[in-house]
Amino acid sequence: MDVHIKYRIGKSGVFQVVVAVLAFACVVPLMFILFYILKAGITKINWNFLTNLPKPVGETGGGIANALIGTIMLVLTASAFAIPVGILCGIYLSENRKSKLAYWSRLCIDILQGVPSIVIGIVAYFWLVKPLGAFSALSGSAALAIMMLPTIVSSTEETLKLLPDTLREAAFALGMPFHRVILKVIIPCGFSGILSGVMLAVARVSGETAPLLFTAFGNPYLSTNILKPMQSLPLLIFNYATSPYNDWHDLAWGASCILLIWVLLLNIFTKLVTRKWKVQL
Amino acid sequence: MKSMKGLALAVVALAITAGMTMSSCGDAGNGSGADSSANKGGEDNTILGAGATFPNPLYSKMFSEYNKTTGLKVNYQSIGSGGGIQQLTAKTVDFGASDAPMNGKQDSALSAPVIHIPATAGAVVISYNLPDLKDTLKLTPDVVAKIFLGDIKKWNDKAIATINPGVKLPATDIQVAHRSDGSGTTNIFTTYLTKVSKDWESKVGKGSSVNWPVGLGGKGNEGVAGSIKQTPGGIGYVELAYAIQSNMAYAKLQNKAGNFITPSIASVTAAANITIPADAKVSLTNTDAPDGYPISGLSWILVYKEQKYDNRSADKVSKMLKLIQWMIHDGQQYSAALNYAPLSPAAVAVGDAQLKSVTYDGKPVLQ
Amino acid sequence: MDTSLNNDLITRPDSMLGRVISSAKLRDAVKGIKRIKRSHRQIRTENVFKKTLVIVALSTIVLVLGIMVTLAWQSTLSIKASGLGYLWGKVWDPVQDIFGAYPFILGTLLTSFLALIISIPFSFAVGIFLGEYFPNGLASNFLKNTVELIAAVPSVIYGFWGLAVLVPIVRSFETAIGVTPVGLGIFTSSLILAIMIIPYAASLARSMIQMVPSNLKEAAYSLGATRWEVIRSVILPYTKSGLFAGILLSLGRALGETMAVTMVIGNTSLIPKNIFSPGNTMASIIANEFTEADHPVYLSALIELGLVLFLVTVVINMLGRRIIKQFTQD
Repeated sequence: MDVHIKYRIGKSGVFQVVVAVLAFACVVPLMFILFYILKAGITKINWNFLTNLPKPVGETGGGIANALIGTIMLVLTASAFAIPVGILCGIYLSENRKSKLAYWSRLCIDILQGVPSIVIGIVAYFWLVKPLGAFSALSGSAALAIMMLPTIVSSTEETLKLLPDTLREAAFALGMPFHRVILKVIIPCGFSGILSGVMLAVARVSGETAPLLFTAFGNPYLSTNILKPMQSLPLLIFNYATSPYNDWHDLAWGASCILLIWVLLLNIFTKLVTRKWKVQL
Repeated sequence: MKSMKGLALAVVALAITAGMTMSSCGDAGNGSGADSSANKGGEDNTILGAGATFPNPLYSKMFSEYNKTTGLKVNYQSIGSGGGIQQLTAKTVDFGASDAPMNGKQDSALSAPVIHIPATAGAVVISYNLPDLKDTLKLTPDVVAKIFLGDIKKWNDKAIATINPGVKLPATDIQVAHRSDGSGTTNIFTTYLTKVSKDWESKVGKGSSVNWPVGLGGKGNEGVAGSIKQTPGGIGYVELAYAIQSNMAYAKLQNKAGNFITPSIASVTAAANITIPADAKVSLTNTDAPDGYPISGLSWILVYKEQKYDNRSADKVSKMLKLIQWMIHDGQQYSAALNYAPLSPAAVAVGDAQLKSVTYDGKPVLQ
Repeated sequence: MDTSLNNDLITRPDSMLGRVISSAKLRDAVKGIKRIKRSHRQIRTENVFKKTLVIVALSTIVLVLGIMVTLAWQSTLSIKASGLGYLWGKVWDPVQDIFGAYPFILGTLLTSFLALIISIPFSFAVGIFLGEYFPNGLASNFLKNTVELIAAVPSVIYGFWGLAVLVPIVRSFETAIGVTPVGLGIFTSSLILAIMIIPYAASLARSMIQMVPSNLKEAAYSLGATRWEVIRSVILPYTKSGLFAGILLSLGRALGETMAVTMVIGNTSLIPKNIFSPGNTMASIIANEFTEADHPVYLSALIELGLVLFLVTVVINMLGRRIIKQFTQD
């Protein structure tokens, strides 16, 4: 064989190896992070850790029950705002692809997707905390809901767009009214896609700290009143990790570990859902 | 096409008005807050406070103990002194806490007068990382100012060597570390430097976040401590409680009387044993007390003098005032274990007087 | 008319009407009326449903405009005080009320672009590996899922890990190359950011590369091109604009990242001297000082930073999405 051709084949082979090495190098830092957090956090987790309230410095046996309940409450409330609005908006966008309103609405969703979380925190403070005169879980949830919207809207829109038009037309031909076609035919068919969008959105906001600093505010006690300040896992991690006390550091490590496991589980579950129903996202 | 334009206009108009009303509501602060805060008082058994980070461990201990005996839940969030003042001004919290007394600018933003109640005292120590140094470093005010101004760059500078005779100083660079977030600690430290150095006063000034001429910032005490610990030749300022807790080396500092003082709970309490003015707004830095550590400061609880606002109930107000009263008396027993300096008798007396001046609908609450 | 009344008329044998009119005819008529009524009701529900959709779509526009107006309104004080010079002002001194955003804008640009430069070889390698070399298979599935998980880890956790693990490594590296060993700084935050933004460019690159028509590639192969030559002369030129969009989206993410950067950048308002100096980004200065802004101008200056950040990320994201849309529509 010609030397030149050998050289070209060799170059191609070298490049393939380089690409493979670089690609798998990306896995290393993630594994590093997972390993480190799990190692530092897993030993701190036990039943008391999950059910007790944080203790002041110098007393052992504190837990993070308030942050766990708080995070669940915050995310649930945010979902209650964001899921209906997000799905409805996604439906509008997929049903009216060419309208002017759809164009602008889509643009705004794109914008929202890119807004830094700290900016949303500032805005939520001026919209809900100052006018109401109180920090509240509600304002935190609103900030989180704004962050959830783009993911839910675009996953709904993309899923519904992929459904064949024949499905819709068949339903219309049977004389079903528009809303029933959507609610009884289109949504059930695109359910898994929408569900995975919702879960990704939940996973995204579960770990958000910046928008909660000035809205949900934190609370050392267990609170379920959404008009009052509420604790959450990321806030607890942020506050306790920057404190000088080892007891509080331990709480922060344990909380990081739980938050990480929760977020990863949500993501893996989403993967399973999309694979099971063969959804393209 | 026409209707589309109309629609677009309507949307823009709606958004702008929404934004404006939201923002202007925000500026007014308490206007629309009345309804929502109606249910704040009454049967509700929580008090919301926010502010200084420095006393947070002590406060959380005090509030936890108080909760055990009275059942009152105090939610204290350590968002920083400036934040505490800002939130009290916006009336989103029941009490604020600050390591720095309110200044003119902050006072002018208030809708009603606020009183200062001293709750604990602490000190800022100058911590360093010189692994080979066996003795405790001694520093004078002038040298400290020059180091933080960047005028002294090496550890073996003549100025440092003359106050530390017989100590072998390395030829390494000095790495200054400071707080990146605004903080009462920074305020105490820069107030001190402003008092002792003309250069500092003209170039930098005092405040809870200043424009540092040299060094790198760390968030919170931990960030600064981290920089110092990890950088050979590092120097920075941290709170006493934190320095003791994390076994850091800290310098003896020359006070106004000329003595080199080791920062400790005793020397801070000594610094606070001076005449305290009736409004309690006093800086303990550069104290006249001969055995007092010069970079000390009080930490205050801030409340409105007239407590009847935003439909607050008389019950809630009296609960809050009793809590604060307990903090400056019985609560002080928890100070020493957490490396805070107990209040001097003079400070407690002033605090009591201040508390008794608080009114609800014009009538004093505590007898 | 009440439907139950109709039913009564038909079903009750003793009813006058029931006896007079033949019941079968009446039943048909009533059924007709019922059907019309039902369809009326359905049309009404349908209209309500359609209107709700329109309102929801409108509300997203109102939301974004509202955010913009709020930020602009809250920063008027600072805009009035410092004018346009705010953007070029080199000093940030809250004590003297001098607010210049230049150090933070520079810090943001430095960290983001450095992060991009570090991450692009990796993210494109992932894209090429998954899009061209091994679109299926166990190893590629593992790689794909792992890379997607990188985007899922909360940024607070990246910050901790950076502080605990990366900072000491960077410090010893700095000692080795002879710069001041600080550990914290622009370089460290760029490293963290580089990891965090890999998935954004990678997943876009993968889907763009998969979209290259196979007849193009096959034509090149039939002319005797090697794999590398196909990638270099066919795939990369074809996906050029898509890859660029991926870079833009990564950049948008890097610009707005707050928590992780705040924890490792060193936080100083001085203008960074080199890439190892400590600095501050627009997002990190807001996170650091928003709580402590104790007078209105100061707070307003921070919100103005938020406004600038908002506008910059909006432009970059929209540009990126526009390019993707054009690419996918062709």
